[in-house]
Amino acid sequence: MLRVKPKVVRTSLAKIPTGIQGLDELTGGGLPKGRVTLVCGRAGCGKSLLAMEFLVHGAVRYGEPGVCMDFEETEEKLTVNVASLGFDLRELSKRKKLVVDYVSIDRSQIAETGEYNLDGLFIRLAQAVKAIKAKRVVLDSVEALFSGIADSAILRSELRRLFRWLEDQKLTTIVTGEAGDRTLTRHGLEEYIADCVISLDHRVTEQISTRRLRVVKYRGTSHGTDEYPFLIGEDGISVVPITSLVLTHRALTERISTGIATLDEMMEGKGFFRGSSVLVTGTAGTGKSSLAANFVSAACARGELCLYFTFEESPSQILRNMRSVGLSLEKWIKKGLLHFNAMRPTSTGLEGHLAVIHKQIIQLRPKVVVIDPITNLISASGSYDVKSMLVRLVDFLKVEQITSMFTNLTFAGDPQERTAAAVSSLMDTWIVLRDSKPNGRPRRELYVLKSRGMKHSREARELVVSKRGLELGIVLRDHPQATTVEGTSTAAAAK
Amino acid sequence: MDKKPSADMKKSAAKKQTAKASRSDFYRLRLYIAGQTPNSIAAIANLKKICEEKLQGKYRIEVVDLLEKPQLAKGDQIIAIPTLVRRLPPPVKKIIGNLSKTESVIVGLDLQPAR
Repeated sequence: MLRVKPKVVRTSLAKIPTGIQGLDELTGGGLPKGRVTLVCGRAGCGKSLLAMEFLVHGAVRYGEPGVCMDFEETEEKLTVNVASLGFDLRELSKRKKLVVDYVSIDRSQIAETGEYNLDGLFIRLAQAVKAIKAKRVVLDSVEALFSGIADSAILRSELRRLFRWLEDQKLTTIVTGEAGDRTLTRHGLEEYIADCVISLDHRVTEQISTRRLRVVKYRGTSHGTDEYPFLIGEDGISVVPITSLVLTHRALTERISTGIATLDEMMEGKGFFRGSSVLVTGTAGTGKSSLAANFVSAACARGELCLYFTFEESPSQILRNMRSVGLSLEKWIKKGLLHFNAMRPTSTGLEGHLAVIHKQIIQLRPKVVVIDPITNLISASGSYDVKSMLVRLVDFLKVEQITSMFTNLTFAGDPQERTAAAVSSLMDTWIVLRDSKPNGRPRRELYVLKSRGMKHSREARELVVSKRGLELGIVLRDHPQATTVEGTSTAAAAK
Repeated sequence: MDKKPSADMKKSAAKKQTAKASRSDFYRLRLYIAGQTPNSIAAIANLKKICEEKLQGKYRIEVVDLLEKPQLAKGDQIIAIPTLVRRLPPPVKKIIGNLSKTESVIVGLDLQPAR
């Protein structure tokens, strides 16, 4: 029997990192090496910045000098623009790591008198590349040529030749292009780009601006086709990727205390799983923040770094309030274990928040993260966006094996299933807090609605908040939801 | 974009410039080419012919081959090849192409008919 062995040709492209946070994860390693990538979008979408970051990171971090042919901005202007992001172009060009060549095209000065080609441009580029042995090239934005060169047939064939030349020279290149009405770029540059096309977008909805990035095409690479939010911050672009395109994070078996001994008891006497996500919902004043603060305090006592995002109260307000329930958080701040980050939910778009949260987590590498409350984020955007954002965030936290707690405010009479529906499925543990007034005496109740991977108590207990802290009281037999117990937890039974 | 003339101007050119620069109708032209391509050769021939007809005795042509002096491309912002730059009289004018369309060259360089 004759069997022809199919030749497996591995055509997976070699990639080089852009150095832009998130983009390299998203593309599985960066841009295709030695190929031309198109970055397109409308004016002000951040394409030039992305391209410059690619060059600067290449020169600084990866030992790959770069050439920028800029058709729009002079060297001086560009230097000033990127200096605000902490890049010193002058220094880099002095060290022969970077060349910026401003190509000016003034139509009014140019008359056409017969055949020509763009050898002048080629020679300039080749000269610059040779001078610093460049490995990376940026052409920003080559479309400006369309305004200067009347004969678009010549221009198009010359662009084709230019891109082929760049690839022959094994130069990894970013070409930027202005978005057209119906096409990716106004002049159809995407026709010439075979390997990688990235589209940037900048939208304003309800007065909140969001920037998004999409990998339109990436030959030979599986890539997310979703739109990913990105942020232009103090140190450049950071893209918020879905860190795991597949669910492969390792589930830890280690348990950590909730910070309240009696709550631990309800969870097999051991508390949460490390790396799990915890949702705490409750009506106003039921003690959500107190619960979160106890959790954080216990983590700090174990010597773990905690990051607390607050959207409603200032850190000092939280500290004061927690003192009243017998919890001193100041000492953890002084020891550098507890970090607060207070933001107004509407101060930036949802993506902005997500990007900030990501960045902070990457910088600090905490073991525990609290977001208090996510309700305010929901108000900042549609619930669909919130869900996709939280999916990303929860995924990211799990991959990083960070234990996270999210609080969510529910409203009296509002079926909590609805408000939390968008997010609860992402959560491993869901703790419900509520007010009730049996016999006219108001009290707080707590029960664990779900907790994956453990045999938890499903009984409601009274939550007692006093100067001595949070404690769980007696099992409340009269709770309707709490009576549907699958099996009394051992801890609760022992009690 | 109007950079000063490059330092490596030919000595003879510099001399002639001082001798004739005062005359406002003197044309100093610089033609950029890249190797001996058909377009380059055509441009040189076309330019000589037009100048002889229109500017007899009142012009100087300098041919710059960018394959030999690539660093000169930046100063005059050369993109297309061939490019002809009218350096004098001011203002600087640029025309591109092999100069085969004589009428366009005359208009582009703003040449007065020979007197």
